[in-house]
Amino acid sequence: MIHSLFLINNGGDLFLEKHWKSVISRSVCDYFFEAREKAVEPDNVPPVIRTPHHYLINIYREKIFFVSVIQTEVPPLFVIEFLHRIAETFQDYFGECSETIIKDNVVIVYELLEEMLDNGFPLATESNILKELIRPPTILRSMVNTITGSSNVGETLPTGQLSTIPWRRAGVKYTNNEAYFDVVEEIDAILDKSGTTVFAEIQGVIDACVKMSGMPDLTLSFMNPRLLDDVSFHPCVRYKRWESERVISFIPPDGNFQLMSYHISAQNLVAIPVYVKQNISFFETGSSGRLDITVGPKQTMGKTVECLVVTVHMPKVVLSANLNATQGTYNYDPVTKILLWDIGKLNPQKLPNLKGSLSLQSGAPKPEENPSLNIDLKIQQLAISGLKVNRLDMYGEKYKPFKGVKYVTKAGKFQVRT
Amino acid sequence: MTDSKYFTTTKKGEIFELKAELNSDKKEKKKEAVKKVIASMTVGKDVSALFPDVVNCMQTDNLELKKLVYLYLMNYAKSQPDMAIMAVNTFVKDCEDPNPLIRALAVRTMGCIRVDKITEYLCEPLRKCLKDEDPYVRKTAAVCVAKLHDINAQLVEDQGFLDTLKDLISDSNPMVVANAVAALSEIAESHPNSNLLDLNPQTINKLLTALNECTEWGQIFILDCLANYTPRDDRESQSICERVTPRLSHANSAVVLSAVKVLMKFMEMLPKDLDYYGTLLKKLAPPLVTLLSAEPELQYVALRNINLIVQKRPEILKHEMKVFFVKYNDPIYVKLEKLDIMIRLASQANIAQVLAELKEYATEVDVDFVRKAVRAIGRCAIKVEQSAERCVSTLLDLIQTKVNYVVQEAIVVIKDIFRKYPNKYESVIATLCENLDSLDEPEARAAMIWIVGEYAERIDNADELLESFLEGFHDESTQVQLQLLTAIVKLFLKKPTETQELVQQVLSLATQDSDNPDLRDRGYIYWRLLSTDPVAAKEVVLAEKPLISEETDLIEPTLLEELICHIGTLASVYHKPPSAFVEGSRGVQHRRIPPRAGSVESAESPEVGQSGSSEAPPAVIPSQGDLLGDLLNLDLAPPTATVPSVQPSMQMGAMDLLGGGLDSLMGDESDTLGGDIGGSPSMGAGLGAAPTVMPAALGGAPAVGGGLGDLFDLGGGVGMPTGFYVVPKTLWLPAMKAKGLEISGTFARRGGIIQMDMSLTNKAMSVMTDFAIQFNRNSFGMAPAGPLQVLTPLSPNQTIDVSLPLSTNGPVMKMEPLNNLQVAVKNNIDVFYFSCQFPLSLLFVEDGKMERQVFLATWKDIPNDNEAQFQIKDVHLNSDAASNKLQGSNIFTIAKRTVEGQDMLYQSIKLTNSIWVLAEMRVQTGNPNYTLSIKCRAPEVCQFVYQCYEMVLKN
Repeated sequence: MIHSLFLINNGGDLFLEKHWKSVISRSVCDYFFEAREKAVEPDNVPPVIRTPHHYLINIYREKIFFVSVIQTEVPPLFVIEFLHRIAETFQDYFGECSETIIKDNVVIVYELLEEMLDNGFPLATESNILKELIRPPTILRSMVNTITGSSNVGETLPTGQLSTIPWRRAGVKYTNNEAYFDVVEEIDAILDKSGTTVFAEIQGVIDACVKMSGMPDLTLSFMNPRLLDDVSFHPCVRYKRWESERVISFIPPDGNFQLMSYHISAQNLVAIPVYVKQNISFFETGSSGRLDITVGPKQTMGKTVECLVVTVHMPKVVLSANLNATQGTYNYDPVTKILLWDIGKLNPQKLPNLKGSLSLQSGAPKPEENPSLNIDLKIQQLAISGLKVNRLDMYGEKYKPFKGVKYVTKAGKFQVRT
Repeated sequence: MTDSKYFTTTKKGEIFELKAELNSDKKEKKKEAVKKVIASMTVGKDVSALFPDVVNCMQTDNLELKKLVYLYLMNYAKSQPDMAIMAVNTFVKDCEDPNPLIRALAVRTMGCIRVDKITEYLCEPLRKCLKDEDPYVRKTAAVCVAKLHDINAQLVEDQGFLDTLKDLISDSNPMVVANAVAALSEIAESHPNSNLLDLNPQTINKLLTALNECTEWGQIFILDCLANYTPRDDRESQSICERVTPRLSHANSAVVLSAVKVLMKFMEMLPKDLDYYGTLLKKLAPPLVTLLSAEPELQYVALRNINLIVQKRPEILKHEMKVFFVKYNDPIYVKLEKLDIMIRLASQANIAQVLAELKEYATEVDVDFVRKAVRAIGRCAIKVEQSAERCVSTLLDLIQTKVNYVVQEAIVVIKDIFRKYPNKYESVIATLCENLDSLDEPEARAAMIWIVGEYAERIDNADELLESFLEGFHDESTQVQLQLLTAIVKLFLKKPTETQELVQQVLSLATQDSDNPDLRDRGYIYWRLLSTDPVAAKEVVLAEKPLISEETDLIEPTLLEELICHIGTLASVYHKPPSAFVEGSRGVQHRRIPPRAGSVESAESPEVGQSGSSEAPPAVIPSQGDLLGDLLNLDLAPPTATVPSVQPSMQMGAMDLLGGGLDSLMGDESDTLGGDIGGSPSMGAGLGAAPTVMPAALGGAPAVGGGLGDLFDLGGGVGMPTGFYVVPKTLWLPAMKAKGLEISGTFARRGGIIQMDMSLTNKAMSVMTDFAIQFNRNSFGMAPAGPLQVLTPLSPNQTIDVSLPLSTNGPVMKMEPLNNLQVAVKNNIDVFYFSCQFPLSLLFVEDGKMERQVFLATWKDIPNDNEAQFQIKDVHLNSDAASNKLQGSNIFTIAKRTVEGQDMLYQSIKLTNSIWVLAEMRVQTGNPNYTLSIKCRAPEVCQFVYQCYEMVLKN
């Protein structure tokens, strides 16, 4: 199982170590540093590294490498999932997951890590159980603690630990009972030069925020559940009912959680909300090139496209860009070679255009690779797959909760080739 | 207010100040001080000096303070074992606390203190906690057993904790069950042979019930455990599958992959015509695709596993090609994996799409990725015949880009395409030749030279092209030199008139000016061949080549099956057998997919249990093996045994007679000059006949290199003590299983030294270097006494013989069978594994002659139960001859008695590990059957000693 954990920042400083079995010298990380150097970009460090006596499994989140050491055969996905869980827990506790915040809360971090794993076996990873065991820091609590001398460690066994619904604690009470669901869909797509879809799929999630007293038993149903053939559920969802009735029946955790995620595959026709007309070319001589990009609406279902951003990764030889944007602002970063064009709202009457010249390093040959465009966008009040929630029913409690559903579509990995 | 304040130091000295605060009367101050200590500890500062002061804070009812002290204890107890004892009382007391949280915390912490003295005190509290009324305490205690086992395995067994742990599998609480399974699995890993987790239908049922109710991590443990079970029949298999399927929709990807493993394994047992089988296949695709939308690290592991799954069952994902399309911002490790899977899924239906994608990738930034994309186009051409034409034109387009590394990669793959589809795409040669000058990588140069040589008759200026390469001959890499040599010889055979000078030049460069033995050898062979029998030379050098196929990239089927049973593990990420992993922790447990119901069971069953080595008769890999090297093979084996004395004179003769050979080739071909050369007719004939002999020699490996054994055998006449009997070499590692490396070998004992004689043959297309060898622990501690001496790189189709001296001082582990030896051989390409069995006589030492008195006493002393009797049939030797023969193998006759026409031979043997074996052999004159009684304190060796008798006496 998981033997040790090292946290390493982007600069290669090891700033926290935790061992769940015997202590392993931090020199084992030298193998990691070697791989890190070889990979050049931090994103490209291979997730599993073999060393003579151990395996290092690592993830890269928020500019921190979470490097775990294992000594026996352990499913790598188990380790990677767990490392992500650690990062999420930090996020949940401290509002962000950064080196500074971890250092600032080092004792709580240490207590958390101790509570999450025992001898390398996961112990408590549900946020609500952890919060009963170790209270998250708040300014108010640390003041109260200082005055009253009480501690931020729970004295009793968390109620959820052993029940068959470990995700919910007993005795939850709210004055306003409410349940909100966000249907968030991301379009992953690759469009080729001519604008034809090479590949497109939708990654959807339903995020929930449920603040309800007692033990509510909820049932969520859809107008068109047949859209969903590839789903992953939060452990609270009763799979049998989904199988037989295509409804989502569950006793929710308290607070924010992800109810389900789904995937609408490339085989279904995925609507593409915008089109991009682009022409980026470099001249054989003269060390320069031209760029011309226009974005327009395609299948938006009558909604407005907002927060439109175009990012272009330029070849290394591009020194600067002298462009003219009819809408929004652009910025070319000569260090990262990224051209960022922030358009904002898409106006179908007057299509935004970015045009001008690029200057290259003098004497450099015409670049061999083609730059690639990435699109970011957002459409409110629309789930691009057409998924619609029908109704939410509650059983088990007497009160009438307030219910709400919100839809939003975003661009995920949305790429246009040139 | 943040914890960073704990890091600040004051002038007085941190430790001193902390000490004062730890001993403060105020609770709050104490707690703050402990926090400071912990903070220092996390950044690796040594605060062990504060041990007594911190431990004093342990007796508290403040839970946070207690936890902090425990954290400290776990870290430092090891370095202060005597002090740690101070804490024991508090632990024992806490284990009785009414609050289950405290009880669990105490037993959990105690298990983490890795100090022997403490473990003794741990047993009683642990026993109680394992039976605690509160499941939270029980589940914590279950993990504690695994911890204790890690520190002191014997103690855990003696105290019977393993049985208690097994009982917990039937616990009413699913979390307890999951933890018990996890703990048992971890313990079982260090005890490969124990059947801690003996699964039967009842326990399986309990596990499946717990599966629905435990946490996501518990589900992983249970699923991994289920995967080890072999269902009794297809109905049980189906019912397990049905209950596991819902896990495919879990949000945790590790749960999903473990479920996939169980299903992939168990569906093998389902009859294919069952409706459920089809349903299951359909259900597997969506979760696998979903894994690809997760974080890149998860994607990587998923992709490595999907790579296995598509090789085993391509039908699952055949419609999902698009999800493997590479995205611009995928990390490089994801890109490369996706590319690999794209090729595996490529078929006639989707090839157009795939090619368009690959062409797109060839313009990306990352050089490694671009190269692989170009190579992928070539692999597609070889895999999907209908697409070959399109692939070639795509490659030509890419060559037009003139991007240096793209051009070189393209030429390398075009060579392979030529080998798959000869005489089809030669029209592109002209384009290739235009790029000759830009090639600077050996592989690309070699490929280009091969093409020129192969199609010399269609390239007008082939001689000029090759000549241009020849100028810098000595600066080229071996690969290019060898290829150049061959190409020029081909050219010469095709256009003898114009190229005589060129061929002489290259032959002299290769034979006289080169230090590389491979090159020299090959040069000599051509030289001789051309000079003695040009017609044969033509037949050999220009013979039809076997076509290559795409199978070279596939994982070998037995390994694939094993890996399928290990989906989701490290083994599946590295595509290597699990036994190759994580040192020392496990014995080899081969897992096999159970046979399908309804298949002819009786025929299959004996095979299932066997280890991988005995399968698949060795065969020459169709795709690999360059024609040239085949010659080398021939040269090595048969002639040495038949005409050993001819060789030296031949070599000299051949040199100056080349001219004659050339004449004959150019002039009247019927005039055979070879007849004049001393001894060479036989040689020439041998080579001339070669192509027909070759397959037989390769297929029946024992024939190759068996000469040594034969010679020994000749000497073994009657009446003389003979040498150690050496079994002819047998094939240990077929080239199929080792990416072209073939190893055959045998064992010998020479002058008291054990030697492992091996013939290494390179049947791949590239040079092999960096050989090394290692043994797994074995019954008699055999280990290499020195490194594997392969000094020169092994060129394609070359064979070398090596003798590896062995010692018997290595680590010992009992193997099954006793004389089994597991070997790992490494070269620059990969690590390969095989197992072989050595004759026990290898271990019979020279000073194995026992004193008569001692013999008598020992014989009486060994209980009769240990005596084993065997019959040795059909031996036509008298007792003296037999005795002499046996002595050659260090089986010593101490006394001989003749009773009623029956000779009784009393013999002793000593093994390297000082085990004595005593034997009585009865020989009746005229009766070819001997009776052998063997006595030994370690009776398990008797069987193998008997085998040695059989072997020695019958050979």
